[in-house]
Amino acid sequence: MATVVQEELRVRPSDPRLFRVADNVLAGERLTFEDGVALFDSNDILGIGALADFVNRRKNGDRVFFSANQHLNPTNVCILRKTCVFCSFAKTPKEDGAYTMELEEAFHEASMARDTPVREFHIVGGLHPKLKVSYYEDLIRGLKERHPGVEIKALTAVEIAHLARVEKTTVDDVLIRLKDAGLDTMPGGGAEVFSTAVRATIAERKLGAAEWIDVHRRAHALDIRTNCTMLYGHVETSADRIEHLTMLRDLQDETGGFLTYIPLAYHPDNNELGETLGRVGTATTGFDDLKNLAIGRLFLDNFDHIKTHWIMNTAKVSQIALHFGVDDLEGTVARERIYHEAGAHTPEGMRFHEIIHLIKDAGKRPVERNAHYDEVRVW
Amino acid sequence: MRGPAVIEELPREQRSLPILSTVSPRRSLPTPEGSEGIKHPSAQPVYVPMPTLERPHGAEILEWMNVLTETSFLELASRANALRLEKHPDNIVSYIVDRNINYTNLCITDCKFCAFYRRPKDDEAYTLSYEEIGHKIDQAKAVGGVQILMQGGHNPYLPLDWYLGLLRYIKEHHPIHVHGFSASEIETIVKVSKLPLDEVLRQLKEAGLDSIPGAGAEILVDGVRDFIAPKKIDSNRWIEVHEAAHAAGLHTTVTMMYGVGETWEDRLEHMLKVRESQARSLARGKGHYTAFILWSFQPTHTEMEGWDIQLGTGMDYLRGTALARLVIDNIDSVQVSYVTQGPKMAQLALTCGANDFGSLMLEENVVSAAGIDFIMPEAEIRRLIEDAGFIPRRRYQDYTLAQPTDEGCPCCAWRLAPAGT
Repeated sequence: MATVVQEELRVRPSDPRLFRVADNVLAGERLTFEDGVALFDSNDILGIGALADFVNRRKNGDRVFFSANQHLNPTNVCILRKTCVFCSFAKTPKEDGAYTMELEEAFHEASMARDTPVREFHIVGGLHPKLKVSYYEDLIRGLKERHPGVEIKALTAVEIAHLARVEKTTVDDVLIRLKDAGLDTMPGGGAEVFSTAVRATIAERKLGAAEWIDVHRRAHALDIRTNCTMLYGHVETSADRIEHLTMLRDLQDETGGFLTYIPLAYHPDNNELGETLGRVGTATTGFDDLKNLAIGRLFLDNFDHIKTHWIMNTAKVSQIALHFGVDDLEGTVARERIYHEAGAHTPEGMRFHEIIHLIKDAGKRPVERNAHYDEVRVW
Repeated sequence: MRGPAVIEELPREQRSLPILSTVSPRRSLPTPEGSEGIKHPSAQPVYVPMPTLERPHGAEILEWMNVLTETSFLELASRANALRLEKHPDNIVSYIVDRNINYTNLCITDCKFCAFYRRPKDDEAYTLSYEEIGHKIDQAKAVGGVQILMQGGHNPYLPLDWYLGLLRYIKEHHPIHVHGFSASEIETIVKVSKLPLDEVLRQLKEAGLDSIPGAGAEILVDGVRDFIAPKKIDSNRWIEVHEAAHAAGLHTTVTMMYGVGETWEDRLEHMLKVRESQARSLARGKGHYTAFILWSFQPTHTEMEGWDIQLGTGMDYLRGTALARLVIDNIDSVQVSYVTQGPKMAQLALTCGANDFGSLMLEENVVSAAGIDFIMPEAEIRRLIEDAGFIPRRRYQDYTLAQPTDEGCPCCAWRLAPAGT
């Protein structure tokens, strides 16, 4: 379908360590592990951006996707409260501020969308020890009844595996029940960093890398498309990052089921890890945010879309990221909670026309998308 | 006087010293009923930009507009970065440890974009005493501050003698580099004293003024000034004050505040007027502009909150920084503004032509009055600079780098009292 557009490299890398990477990118060759590490270890941010921009324009032209979406976090009660030390959102069941929404509460919150009809609900939450699959089935069915045409992106691999344990059943069974209830796609959270050493440090008891990959493999086999993520900016090394991206790239080769990759910036406020690292008040840098997006674009050569989550990266950096290989600006995201607990200073939502302006101001074409990246409206 | 402490010698708690204190009354945080700005809105006038070719530098503005529309963001940034590396090949990003002292917030100019000022009868209006100012200077010096940035409202109740007395008091009892009194404040002093501009500048310098900040430039296009600050000095007078200061042997900086409803043509007119002014001052061979500083308008609590204008985006900031570096090629330094942009954007500006991180700002009141507050400890500024691949270095107002052996700010050392006083 795509006509081959001859795109040019807008800026040549100035860092000699990137010359070979640049040759590989221009020749359309797959990047090696060493290429990826060299990219992360370089400060030639304009050169890295230009390579990612070159690849992105070849794939997506000047289109930038976004969605009219709303986040819904049904519970913050989580059995990993004490062991996922990077998280500021989770609570134990008895802790101050712990909540679990009754279905009616969740439906009420879902109806709070402002400017424009919401086309997608993004539903993630804690690993609640008691909530069953039926709660989520009822939630998804209820939302679809109340918001005809809405698409549901719900439950990370970690939550799915947790539900399977709670119900003493298989991951496939959980996925099939949720899909029957109306689940359209799955978010990519919970991947954190796949490295065993990193996981042992920041998320000791969380679903392991192989299991995370397996849940997504099974979802793809059931024709549920999913996203994937990497939580960067804590204890991981460049090699850990590339190992992580390699695992995502391998599964994508196998299934083709990933829609988009979203690097997530670690926020150090109000969590144990931030205090241990002495990092309270110091978010990831603008350089690291853009590098993670651009290198995601370059390394994941079998992905169509790379998304900047403006809630974490700020609207300003996200707009700049559109020239660093990014083609997806997330969405309106009404009422974000998880990152604001961790000290994100961004607004909790962005209005529809603001997103359109940001994209146009960057010289790009705004495209409102649905869950499968079909064009809903183009400006 | 002791030289400034070197970062490595400072105890850890001082290396990460947060803002010392904020003395100015702040307006309350926004409530569901709206912030102070929404409660006291000002009617939005109509702004009609002048046709490009009727402007000063019209032909050149058109050329740069072409550059702007024809050049991709990455290419523009890369060109600015190349010029920045040519001007500053040493891979250093400098910053200064200083403290803002806002000696008064009483102001009669009613700029619509300002959340800091109070009218004379407002019960939140204040003027600091010499002793309070001296105390703030001592606090700043105790943590390595090498300069105070002294700015305030246009307060008609303060005569020239108040300023002269203050400067002499500082130099005698709390000696430090005084970077102070922006052009519109100096104009207020001129009007109150009924003395000529040159004479006022001569007396201020003699009493202890070391350099002049570039605030109040906003956008140096009178149509825009009429829109946002009709009572403030016009663009010609702003430039005149700076050139008179240069002629008196004082260095100054220059700023630009964008995102107030202006066009790219307005921004370019501003930059070209600054370049032209700098060329005249360089030819004169005395003082000149040392740095260009770009920052964005923050509407919260101001009378412009709720106006239908396009606020500055991330692209505006980085393209503006790059364009300023390229257009104003006769000013050595371009500063980032982390206070208005946040640490992420400020760091990215270092690849778009900026070579200086501005000031550590142990106290800041004006921007924080408008509801944002990105003040950072020194360790964080150094982390951001190093993460971008540069070497962080403390500097003085004249952009010489601080050395461990320094005996105070070299650019104003000539007037420091002998040791022991």
